Amino acid sequence: MQGYLRADGRKGIRNIVLVTYLVECAHHVARAIVTQSESEDVQLIGFQGCYPNEYSLNIMERLCTHPNIAGVLIVSLGCEGFNREQLAKTVAASGRPVETLVIQKSGGTKSTIAAGLERINSLVDVAKQSEIVTMDINELIVGTICGGSDGTSGIGANPAVGHCFDKLIEQGAACIFEETGELIGCEQIMADRAITPELGEEIMKSVEKAENYYTHMGYGSFAPGNAEGGLTTQEEKSMGAYAKSGSSKIHGLIKPGDIPSQGGLYLMDVVPDDTPLFGFPNISDNAEIMEMIASGAHLTLFTTGRGSVVGSAISPVIKICANPETYENLSEDMDINAGKVIKGEATIAQVGDEVFELVKLVASGQQSKSEELGHQESVITYKRFDAIGPSCLPTIR
Amino acid sequence: MLDKRFVLLSNEDNVFVCCEQVFAGDEVCLEEHSIFIKTDIDVGHKIARNELPQGEKVIKYGAPIGSTTQSVGFGEHVHMHNMKSDYIASHTRQRRSGEE
Repeated sequence: MQGYLRADGRKGIRNIVLVTYLVECAHHVARAIVTQSESEDVQLIGFQGCYPNEYSLNIMERLCTHPNIAGVLIVSLGCEGFNREQLAKTVAASGRPVETLVIQKSGGTKSTIAAGLERINSLVDVAKQSEIVTMDINELIVGTICGGSDGTSGIGANPAVGHCFDKLIEQGAACIFEETGELIGCEQIMADRAITPELGEEIMKSVEKAENYYTHMGYGSFAPGNAEGGLTTQEEKSMGAYAKSGSSKIHGLIKPGDIPSQGGLYLMDVVPDDTPLFGFPNISDNAEIMEMIASGAHLTLFTTGRGSVVGSAISPVIKICANPETYENLSEDMDINAGKVIKGEATIAQVGDEVFELVKLVASGQQSKSEELGHQESVITYKRFDAIGPSCLPTIR
Repeated sequence: MLDKRFVLLSNEDNVFVCCEQVFAGDEVCLEEHSIFIKTDIDVGHKIARNELPQGEKVIKYGAPIGSTTQSVGFGEHVHMHNMKSDYIASHTRQRRSGEE
């Protein structure tokens, strides 16, 4: 495999110039710059809110310095609470070129778009100079999430991803699974897989926190489509989702934006700490994908039964469909047909090997289906987190 | 033997999972007994492997996934109308389980 070497030493599998708006009021201008740039390598993300939030700033900093990012254009209205100076400083400190445009100081919509297009041209030129180097599997970070799960997800797609994770981890990659609220009922078996008893305790606590949090919200992480697809309870959905983690030991428990310190399997705790403050922990699948990417995921394995079509900005999404009926219906959107498992036409290991091979191809530059189709969704939310405890990350083996 | 339209995920399970849609009135062989299915069953849905009394733990993947809220007959659909979470309520577009 080959990657793009960044000034901070990290290696990316894509070479993207990112335009980010810092409040919804700057969205239109930022989007117009991206659209009018007519470059496939220019992508858009943003944050809607006007109020400042430490977590949102941290996530934005992580996204703008992701190894797939070659340069950043920040688009600010001017009066919003987002700390654009700190964001620009962090991006610059990572060795990436960064430009900031403030609409209120740039003469409004038209002139900011014009200025933005100029800046984008020079950022794209710089990106083209990125050094291409060899990249090994042990330098990859791969995330997994499930979306639109049904009764087939836990039989075909999720265990196939688990098999792929086992192979990636054997070869030194870091793999991240989540979401503690969707692992309610699996806490004890996960704790038993932790590399230390202290980490096991942290895992137990994180799932207990998720249960309390979702109880307070009044809803579990359970969508109507899950029920239509045959899933009845949160813990049933959890048991199916859990299969994505494979059979490796669990090496760490991270929160969004924490980057795995070495290869191994990591659980991501996306449920905010302290009393519930800003609403649901995972408002949509793309919020979870963004958090994976903020933690360094080069690509995300997305399993589905009902059939999600999303992709993501910044990092490719590979979709693995467990339900043969859905696969037939949405085959243009699906990268892997795991429906073969419940039809008895392939084993979990065979489909898992197929996922593994596709990970290597997509990491080498092949577009996933959602990339080809132009999906570049992104969501960044408000949250509040405490730092992870000392036993949450593995010490050097 | 088990009808190929259903799968047993773990030996301890007391439900089968549907792999291919079956319709009310279809005859299916569920291990030792053949029965006529009472309601349409979609892919991914569960039916009872044996009679389940009210309050019984429902076992799938070899793990408890909730409890029955009423007794469920052999081969009957097991879903939100007759089972619930032991942790947190599920919801559909119309209602949360356990609410009218």
